[in-house]
Amino acid sequence: MCLAIPARLVEYVDADRMYGKVELGGVHRRINTSLLVGEDATEPGEYVLVHVGFALSRVSETEAAETLRILEEMGPAYHDEVQQIREWQAMEEELVGANYRDNNGTSA
Amino acid sequence: MTDTVVQPGSGAAIKAASARIADPEQRVLERIAEIRKRKPSLREDAITMSHGAGGKASHTLVTALFGDILSNPVLDQLGDQAVLAVPGVDNVGIAMTTDSFVVSPLFFPGGDIGELAVNGTINDLAVGGATPLGISAAFILEEGLDVATLRRVVESMRRAADRAGVNVVTGDTKVVPRGKADQLFITTTGVGIVALPQRVAISRIVPGDMVILSGAMGDHGSTVMLARGDVDLEADLLRSDTMALHGLTAALLDDGIDVHFMRDATRGGVATVLNEIAQSAGVAVAIDEASLPVHDEVRGVAEILGIDPLYIANEGKLVAIVAKEHAPRALELMRSRPEGTEAAVIGEVMGEPEGMVFIHTGFGGTRVVDMLIGDPLPRIC
Amino acid sequence: MKFADEFRDADLARALGARIAAEAGDKHWKIMEVCGGHTHTIFKYGIEDLLPSNVELVHGPGCPVCVIPMGRLDDGIAVAHEPGVIFTCFGDLMRVPGSDGSLLDAKAAGADVRMVYSPLDALKIAQQNPDRKVVFYAIGFETTAPSTALTLMRAKAEGIRNLFVFCNHVTIIPPMKAILDSPDLQLDGFLGPGHVSTVVGIRPFEFVTNTYHKPVVVVGFEPLDILQGVHMIIQQIHEGRCEVENQYKRVVHDDGNPKALEVLARVFKLRSHFEWRGLGFISQSALELQDEFADYDAEKVFSVPGVRVADPKACQCGEVLKGVLKPWECKVFGTACTPETPIGTCMVSSEGACAAYYNFGRYSRARERERVLASGDRPDANGNGNGHANGAVAEHELRAIPVQAR
Repeated sequence: MCLAIPARLVEYVDADRMYGKVELGGVHRRINTSLLVGEDATEPGEYVLVHVGFALSRVSETEAAETLRILEEMGPAYHDEVQQIREWQAMEEELVGANYRDNNGTSA
Repeated sequence: MTDTVVQPGSGAAIKAASARIADPEQRVLERIAEIRKRKPSLREDAITMSHGAGGKASHTLVTALFGDILSNPVLDQLGDQAVLAVPGVDNVGIAMTTDSFVVSPLFFPGGDIGELAVNGTINDLAVGGATPLGISAAFILEEGLDVATLRRVVESMRRAADRAGVNVVTGDTKVVPRGKADQLFITTTGVGIVALPQRVAISRIVPGDMVILSGAMGDHGSTVMLARGDVDLEADLLRSDTMALHGLTAALLDDGIDVHFMRDATRGGVATVLNEIAQSAGVAVAIDEASLPVHDEVRGVAEILGIDPLYIANEGKLVAIVAKEHAPRALELMRSRPEGTEAAVIGEVMGEPEGMVFIHTGFGGTRVVDMLIGDPLPRIC
Repeated sequence: MKFADEFRDADLARALGARIAAEAGDKHWKIMEVCGGHTHTIFKYGIEDLLPSNVELVHGPGCPVCVIPMGRLDDGIAVAHEPGVIFTCFGDLMRVPGSDGSLLDAKAAGADVRMVYSPLDALKIAQQNPDRKVVFYAIGFETTAPSTALTLMRAKAEGIRNLFVFCNHVTIIPPMKAILDSPDLQLDGFLGPGHVSTVVGIRPFEFVTNTYHKPVVVVGFEPLDILQGVHMIIQQIHEGRCEVENQYKRVVHDDGNPKALEVLARVFKLRSHFEWRGLGFISQSALELQDEFADYDAEKVFSVPGVRVADPKACQCGEVLKGVLKPWECKVFGTACTPETPIGTCMVSSEGACAAYYNFGRYSRARERERVLASGDRPDANGNGNGHANGAVAEHELRAIPVQAR
């Protein structure tokens, strides 16, 4: 039951901002928003993390973008890495194969 | 652990080492596969809501209790409809099916219990390739039920019957004291004729067949869930997909498409139908997650409640297993009709592993899709 | 869906997997995740298929349903049978086996047991049924406890007297400590519980780095979050660092949510000790209601058996929860203990390792092995063949096999 999902805060339904409405895929849910204070203060239109009918925190667009940026930087590296792995393996095979041959006097 | 002195990277090395690593886990998995093939037995002393969910418990109840006690050649096939031979007639059989409806609430966006009762039974005949001839309707009414409510339900049944071109030809009514039935229960039985030998049959399913779903999953179950008012969710566009499918099935068969099997996906969702198919036909079903049609709102409800749309009930969708070469034509035909505008090829039938349904995720991984356990959304149908 | 789909990108996942494979070297890594939500994601997306075989993810006691001992569940069932009670709980709890059946069975036997999705639903039921006693069986770590707390505060504020909480909230730090103290496991690092941290922040995990010298990375729940977390742990070790890092910055503040911590302190206090399935009694590891809320405490209002019930002999949930056993290593996994006939909690909860493996992981691991065995030579690095993105993984697996036969 750790299920918590990011959903868009559509509006607050009371003046004290204790309850609000969130939306996900066109579905609206009424949730308790009393934990959204301080760093987690949220304006309608922004996203919050919803867990068992309560908003636990605000989802920071800037932090999300930053996390994604770091992840995406790994992208181009993928092909280079694979190439390197292949080269290392080829080298290792040769070495081990060579050792084997040396030790056993047979050819690969 | 001993090291094998073989050429590194050779097939033998891979096999040997893999076998050592795989052994204990593989043995467990094989043991599980064996056990799953065994006939289920009913362990509970009392009926629980799981027995009505359409998943494993329901299946066990039907096979281990009803199927066991009432066993006979026709029942044992456990098809959506029973096909009875007519004495002296070779080329045509009588198809018969029955279904009970206990949905709560009685009325919901897109339909009501009456419409479900008519369409549901027609569909069970249609997927067997039968032409529906008539329906009976038996009502169990709770003392105190509003006559206006009953009238509304029956009028809805009339409209559904007219739309489908199938009449309610006979029926029955019983009244029980207040509290002994939740307002209204309906049982409908459908009778039709089907050409023999049957064109669609579980035995016709073979590896290589394509799996086609006639439209988006989970609309009905989600709609009823929200209509019940237990959860604080609103989804304006969500409506039940209840609909008669015999026009669609007839069109497919009349076009000469090599349809091997069809089943409508009701309680337990598409996942349950696929598992039933895999187990009964002794095949594997591989699904492509990206091609599963799901409306945004159903996805939203599913995410919020932590349920998989594959397990949510439908009332106007069928799964068709079609010979590979005919799949494109079948899809085209389905999409040209109102019952199948969102039809999609969702996967294929494979030889192994027998009895298993698995899904290729958008993520490049694979995971098992088992039959429904428990009952996430009670009293949906 | 925003903030979810981007973190499920398959190409990025493959890239991360390759990075991890390259940097993991030959060392055998054991990284524990302590949140049921992580267990669920790992199996649902087949994340282990993307990792090299020498990077092992160990599942810890992070499933709040799984760690409840049978006796406590029996207590709940006893309360459900009390006349006039409406018993409410989350769905996962319904099929957990007690000594004499589950809550679902109790319902069949006549108890008014209702599934809810939020403690606020229980409050609503209490408002709508003033003549009944509504009991909410509260479970969950620090993620969920504030919701129960706020619900009770609201009940008090509105003068609702017929709502009662049977509190089984537990805290994450003590079991982590218990596992670190146990000689059974040699771990290289932890993936920290992302949602618990939205409440408590990342500082509570500093004891792991300071006292036990293992790195911790608090991660989110999408596949890319978990993969990035694994990568960050490996990087820490390579760079000789040992710190608590926050990968889930989009929702976790280093200091947590002060308001949530405040309501926790207002409504709950720590029990002196609490029994955990598989881990025995751990002190200061669970919450109970403050005296101010005694009238709402189900354990004070109802008499509960309070009997300690040992797990069935066959059940090895304890070892699975500690990460000592893999699900398939449990003697009754898949045979006597299946999702529809569970013996223990790990097989029932959607976050339990056994349920996750049985429902999701069972097939992909078997198939991968078959594929490796069937193909005599190396699969293409780009994962060509079945559209499976396992090129880099399989390659590394092949490289590892002749060198270290496990």
